[in-house]
Amino acid sequence: MLFQQIINGLTLGIIYALVAVGYSLVFGILRLTNFSHGSVYAFGAHISMVLIGYSFGMLLGIVVSVFLTGLLGILINKVGLEPLRKKKSKGISSLITTIGISYIIQNLLMIIFGSETKFFPKLFDYGNVTLGSTIIGIRQFIIFGIALGLLGLLTYIVNGTKIGLAMRAIEQNSKASNLMGIKVNSVISFTFFLGSASAGIAGTLISGYYQMVYPTMGVMVGLKAFAAAVLGGIGMLHGSIVGGLVIGLSETLAATYLGGSYADAVAFIILMIVLLFRPWGLFGKQDITKV
Amino acid sequence: MMPNDNKAYEQISLFVNKYRKILLIAAFVVTLVLPFVIKSQYIIRIIVMIGVYAVLGLSLNLVTGYTGQVSLGHAAFFAIGAYASAILSTKYGMGFFESAPMGALIAGFCGLLLGLPTLRLSGSYLSITTMGFCEVVRMIFLNWDSMTNGPMGIQKIPKPEFFGTTLTLGNKGLYYLMLAMVVVTTYCISAIVNSKTGRALKAIRDDELAAGMMGVRTTRMKVFAFTVSAFFSGFAGAFYAHMINYIDPNSFTFDTSILILSIVILGGMGTLTGPFLGSALLVSFPEALRFMQEYRFVVYGLILVIMMRYKPQGVLGGQKRTPYVLPKGVARPETAKAKE
Repeated sequence: MLFQQIINGLTLGIIYALVAVGYSLVFGILRLTNFSHGSVYAFGAHISMVLIGYSFGMLLGIVVSVFLTGLLGILINKVGLEPLRKKKSKGISSLITTIGISYIIQNLLMIIFGSETKFFPKLFDYGNVTLGSTIIGIRQFIIFGIALGLLGLLTYIVNGTKIGLAMRAIEQNSKASNLMGIKVNSVISFTFFLGSASAGIAGTLISGYYQMVYPTMGVMVGLKAFAAAVLGGIGMLHGSIVGGLVIGLSETLAATYLGGSYADAVAFIILMIVLLFRPWGLFGKQDITKV
Repeated sequence: MMPNDNKAYEQISLFVNKYRKILLIAAFVVTLVLPFVIKSQYIIRIIVMIGVYAVLGLSLNLVTGYTGQVSLGHAAFFAIGAYASAILSTKYGMGFFESAPMGALIAGFCGLLLGLPTLRLSGSYLSITTMGFCEVVRMIFLNWDSMTNGPMGIQKIPKPEFFGTTLTLGNKGLYYLMLAMVVVTTYCISAIVNSKTGRALKAIRDDELAAGMMGVRTTRMKVFAFTVSAFFSGFAGAFYAHMINYIDPNSFTFDTSILILSIVILGGMGTLTGPFLGSALLVSFPEALRFMQEYRFVVYGLILVIMMRYKPQGVLGGQKRTPYVLPKGVARPETAKAKE
């Protein structure tokens, strides 16, 4: 029972981690909490549903939908946020803009697809494995494996490639990196692409896992993934991964041992307790205020 | 050359400045006789809701607009006030005029409890903590069945009674009660903002480090602002509960917090009139756009995005345009005016 729940929690947690990475990437570069991220996640799940339903085939459908979700991220950046950066607006204007964008996406999804819960085809249904008394679906392993692989890829992109170097440079000082010949806006767009695409994958995987899709599915996941990102230290990739796993695990365990209605609050209670003792998150660096 | 709309804006503010007293009296009279002119209860109800959200906006403005701390969980205090007052009146038989202040006090106390440890945090960390707090509060109300009746919510909350008369929307009592609440809140907030404390708060907003260096006790001041803000939000919540007669945990979600924050930002952060305008716009938009049905929340999102792009300081925010009143006999130099 416990082992079973731990596996379930880790599966959920790795999905949170995928979404949290999107928050973390954008926050690292722009110091902005992107509240439209949850709706991007829902968008990805819906597009996957449509494409897989239109007999694109599972793999091609997912790839195309992830690509489209990434493009949506770029669109959000280009239309909503880049003009604000040009005007050197305050951070809070960008924050409100992302909230507005999230309203737009979520309600457009509602208009186009209807607000009811829809069926999503089962992904990777290869039966179960029995270990002692616990039954584990193979799809759980596959979801975990795919997500872990993607997180590894993202970490490699940020830490091992040239564009990752550019991202980290902008994180430290965007003006200086501009002077060094880095195209700041393209790199930011690329970051949005990465973050949104991983949210799209997360949305597709979780919909395949629970076999349902609805327009407001991103709200709670978005908040929890944000909590996961902050828990691990926002801006830190490995922090987001650990944060996501902690939140996923604690949520599943709370649902089993405390009752389902407490599951949603546990993530935030853990977050608040951690922030009281380590205000910069588990792995975050303490900000140094320069005068 | 000045753009045309700026000129119009300046003329309006000049006009307002010149006839300030007359306009104030006119506004006062209009608000007093308004319920007698408008017969539709539906519209009166919207106006009362605008008042409730204006109070919420004013109180959040103290934290976000004047002290610069972004709270994403103000619905929590709204909820605490509403629930506390509703429970006190349904279970312990208190009247509105006892239960509402109690509710506000409880909300203020919760603000103090949350503020003491969390206001050491800054920026996004504070925002997420307040957001988490809101979620946790909602979860408590959802699960504490014996007190809050869980997801069913509390029903049959009595209307306020004033010397034996029940105040309802129909007999305009609720309208005047709302008016009194708005006036008291505005008075208190403006008194705080224009005092030494208010200057300390604004100093924290502009530069927390420098304010600390100048001897402002930053944490204490922030906690103070937070507590006062929670108090007034709680009062608004109590009023809301007794007006609607029914509350459930779903009336106080993250969306409500965002609505309150949007009211402050849209109206103009750090202004006293801003929350009124923001509340009037954002509360009446979904009602006015009812003919667009499902598209209205898309439009709502668009309004936020467009506002932030073209007037991020809010409708009434930004630099004061009212010209400095020169002593008599001193001509206003034309060059200075052109530079503005």
